[in-house]
Amino acid sequence: MILSLSKDTVQVVREQDVVLFRNRVKESAVKIKMGLVNQTRLITATSELLRNMLRYANGGQGLIEIVSRGRDNGIRVTFSDKGPGIPDISLAMRDGYSTGKSLGLGLPGTKRLVNEFDIKSKPGEGTTIVIIKWANG
Amino acid sequence: MDKIPILRMGNFLLVTIQVDLYDRLALNLEADLVQMVNKTSAKGVLIDISAVSIVDSFMGRIIGNIASMSKILDAQTVVVGMQPAVAITLIELGLPLKGVHTALDVEKGMSLLKSMIDDPGDEEIEEDDFITE
Repeated sequence: MILSLSKDTVQVVREQDVVLFRNRVKESAVKIKMGLVNQTRLITATSELLRNMLRYANGGQGLIEIVSRGRDNGIRVTFSDKGPGIPDISLAMRDGYSTGKSLGLGLPGTKRLVNEFDIKSKPGEGTTIVIIKWANG
Repeated sequence: MDKIPILRMGNFLLVTIQVDLYDRLALNLEADLVQMVNKTSAKGVLIDISAVSIVDSFMGRIIGNIASMSKILDAQTVVVGMQPAVAITLIELGLPLKGVHTALDVEKGMSLLKSMIDDPGDEEIEEDDFITE
């Protein structure tokens, strides 16, 4: 079972918000003594997902939580937007696929950087992505 | 609007990124740098990212772009000071930064740039050419 120990909600509407959001994630990661490499993985993953949210959904909301599962502590970040949604998730998760002008590394790359990755999307309603990085994961 | 300063030192342009990058800032840097290469006919660009704690796919792409664009304008690019955690993350993300020269620190980067520029041999570098602006 995963328990949430602290919650922090941040609105993301401008590019500059990304820097603030990344710093918040970093603070939480430092709090649970996550190692530097894992911190960097987590923050990079966060940055990718925030960019997607800004680019495809004109922003949205992020929730940063410190979570615990038994003896493990981790950071869970939830990104929710009310954008156009993703019609074909398995296609979007494929390396090199992009509807925008990017490299198509965002989603599959992000998944490689975190321990848990869950994506739910309904066309026309929005997308929610949840990632977890364990401190020792 | 934030701006990342570009310093000129002889044949080279130096950029030290000291702030957390967001997309617009990175794009502006790309445009500014390429224009500066053209304006100063610089032969080398050195980008110091030792203070950058994360490089994601977008910034990675910008770094690659700067290198390719400068290359077309006859300037070499060397990226120096990448933190180990950033290198690990970039590879796991799937962005090997092919075609970008790197060095561990500014000093090594400078000597790499110098050797790259001196090496071709077939062209003479006229050092006093670009003093007028």
